Amino acid sequence: MSKIKPRVKVPKSADAGEIIEIKALISHPMHTGRAKDKEGNVIPRKIINTFRASFNGTPVFSAALEPAVSANPFISFPFKATESGSFEFTWVEDGGAEFTAKNDMTVG
Amino acid sequence: MKYTMNFQDISRRKALGLLGGAVALSAFASPVLADAAAVSGKIKELTGGAGASEGAITLDIPEIAENGNAVKIGFDVDSPMTDSDYVKAVHVMADGNPTPEVASFNFSPANGACTASTRMRLAKTQNVVVLAEMSDGSFKQATGTIKVTIGGCGG
Repeated sequence: MSKIKPRVKVPKSADAGEIIEIKALISHPMHTGRAKDKEGNVIPRKIINTFRASFNGTPVFSAALEPAVSANPFISFPFKATESGSFEFTWVEDGGAEFTAKNDMTVG
Repeated sequence: MKYTMNFQDISRRKALGLLGGAVALSAFASPVLADAAAVSGKIKELTGGAGASEGAITLDIPEIAENGNAVKIGFDVDSPMTDSDYVKAVHVMADGNPTPEVASFNFSPANGACTASTRMRLAKTQNVVVLAEMSDGSFKQATGTIKVTIGGCGG
């Protein structure tokens, strides 16, 4: 399986009260469990089924993904900057494996 | 044989279209796709039978998707996103895929706005339905149609 690598775009700084856009991407094949390989065997389902974002330890956003989400799932969502701190992003794969990324943001 | 450009071009395009369609369909283990009833059933389940009213949601989707493997689905729900009035969740569904659910997004006032986007797989031309669950227990929905030239649902 290709390497599963998360990458998140968060502005390094923002004004207090500003609504920023966060773009989260993880490289993942998102096997639907419907496709067949060259020999005709069904490739079993294996997808990223959950994405979570928290800021300074508080959950702020999450998404439940189904096989209908494209490979290398991309999610963009807003966040209202109020104080400086750190984001933690988590992706959960079928079977429970977790992948995380951390980003800091300064709010002035 | 006399060469007629138009006739030859149409034949080739048609052949490529059929080939593309055949490749897309072969990616399905099961040929059965969901339908509008699957989506309305899902909406009934999510709204507890109450249903949803139109409005408040703007969809950011293409009219035509060249590649059914990665179709942009974005939305914006008009909401102040305050502690007393915000969007709790947004559910994205498609009525022509093997199963209707695409993704669900859970929001909080910390988001400041209710908007998100992702990319989805569409097996064929179909309707996309976005259902927003508000903090007061009410629901809003919006529907859009996306034409798909080459379907994509295989892994």
